[in-house]
Amino acid sequence: MSPTEFKPVLLGRVGKPDSQSLATYRADGGYEALAKSLKMANTEVIDLVKNSGLRGRGGAGFPTGLKWTFLPKDVQGPIYLCINGDESEPGTFNNRVLIEEDPHQVLEGIVISSFATRATTAYFYLRYEYGRCYRALQKAVDEMYANNLLGKNILGSGYDLDIYLHRGACAYICGEETGLIESLEGKRAWPRIKPPFPAIEGAFRRPTVVNNVETMACIPHIINHGAEWFQSMGVPKDPNNPRDAGSYGPKLYCISGHVNKPGLVELPMGISARDLIDQHAGGVWKGRKAKAVIPGGLSMGFMTNAELDTPLDFNGPGRVGCLGLGTAAVVVIDDHTSMVDVLYNACRFFAHESCGQCTPCREGTAWSTKILERIREGKGKLSDIDLLMEIANSIGTIPGTTICGLADGAAWPIKTAINKFRGEFEEYIKSGRRSESLALAGAH
Amino acid sequence: MSELSENAKQVIAEHLPRYPSKQAVTLPALHVVQQERRYVSNKAMEEIAELLELSPAQISDTASFYGFFRTEDNPLGQKRIWVCRSLPCMLRGGEELLAALCEKYHIVPGQTTADGKLTIELAECLGACDGAPCILLEDELHLRCSLEDVERIANEPNAPTKKA
Repeated sequence: MSPTEFKPVLLGRVGKPDSQSLATYRADGGYEALAKSLKMANTEVIDLVKNSGLRGRGGAGFPTGLKWTFLPKDVQGPIYLCINGDESEPGTFNNRVLIEEDPHQVLEGIVISSFATRATTAYFYLRYEYGRCYRALQKAVDEMYANNLLGKNILGSGYDLDIYLHRGACAYICGEETGLIESLEGKRAWPRIKPPFPAIEGAFRRPTVVNNVETMACIPHIINHGAEWFQSMGVPKDPNNPRDAGSYGPKLYCISGHVNKPGLVELPMGISARDLIDQHAGGVWKGRKAKAVIPGGLSMGFMTNAELDTPLDFNGPGRVGCLGLGTAAVVVIDDHTSMVDVLYNACRFFAHESCGQCTPCREGTAWSTKILERIREGKGKLSDIDLLMEIANSIGTIPGTTICGLADGAAWPIKTAINKFRGEFEEYIKSGRRSESLALAGAH
Repeated sequence: MSELSENAKQVIAEHLPRYPSKQAVTLPALHVVQQERRYVSNKAMEEIAELLELSPAQISDTASFYGFFRTEDNPLGQKRIWVCRSLPCMLRGGEELLAALCEKYHIVPGQTTADGKLTIELAECLGACDGAPCILLEDELHLRCSLEDVERIANEPNAPTKKA
């Protein structure tokens, strides 16, 4: 299927009048996938999702059906499904639009996924900032209870499910799945050491699946149209790489930064960053050129202009030194912007959001920010560049020094900025100039 | 005299059956108290702890982890406005917006105006990068904001108050 023939799937109902209501959702065929699923065996639903090749949309790209099979068999007692709606990766807003505009699509996916995993309670963890989403979801959940789509004996199937909304309190780390679980349990959101993975011991020490909002929105469509339909979109498995799981299905791409038309675009997975910017975001603003582009949220690092033909599938960004596709949130930085200022902003973000549990992350993110502050004040030394790289190479799960991946996300902007724009950093330091945009400090 | 209102106690009681542990009601409890009082006092934390069968230190531990909750000596103003400074907003003037706003109200991020009406906060990514620079008023996002827009939002009477 070529991008020109593509009709939006996940955004298909966005912009329609009253798209949030149960009545319009049902008129558009909503909850037919649920009725169909409830007549299947739960293992059949898992197999269908597994065969579709759906990979998690939250950032790591782990195959969704496979994740579900990690739950222990013949488990006594409750299983939980947690929905990760803590979307906080800079540049990312696809879940916000999905929930605000079409909450029932997400909720139908949650009920089907809960049925497949035999969960009887689903906790929807939603970042506090999404108040409009919260109210849209609560209204939709109330409609579902009133129409036998939640609660006891859903649609006469004998299956029971409750969905509870749980609001966060403005912390990026709650998007890490075990940080989310700790936060849900009422504790500080310190990620857990794994194993045990959540499938074995998650929320309230019970088997738990944590899935992203966009992943849930894909589920009803897979049930309705089948695995082959899902695989007709996107980029097939690399035959030379037996570990590649392919990049199938529709994907929401967020575009922000220096483009004429920032926004959310749905396309089959695999469009290049260049086409996305030129054909779907009105090009770079003010007639300028892109200097650097983030392929999938801040923690993925930077691509140069010369790398913009890279396909934005699960493998593409990694081939040019980025951490991965991440959340497919593309941030465009024009050629009038200083990479020193950009990297400072990135480091400051991770220093602010490090939970403080692991020393390499807590100290590494703080010191990299201080080094960049010094450079921006015109007091940098050339040796600072290598010092930044030394920090970046020492923090994270990839060097094996931290519990979670936040520090890898902090390291990748540093590594890619310096590897790809080293000359700019050297020139900046040698010039001794001060940044034009010195940032404000907070009161706490 | 109880620090928790009847409404707060009711919200806490309604949340208890939703979770297999009482501790999971910590965040919902902290939210309802801060919405009503604009801060969470030590006394309120003690009372929440009693209802959730925890020690007050456990409530304080969680509350202090999130920069979101305010202590008694540092209450929120009547309105709380967060200005996003993360990269997509920074690229489109978020830092300048925050600086202009702080200059206008003679406070630094995190502080409240002397008349107690407005608290300005710096925010990391608010998830509205399609509308950069964006701000958050309580829990409602406002996209593509100029200084004039934020001033208007700050001065509007009857700002939407949050419900639990």
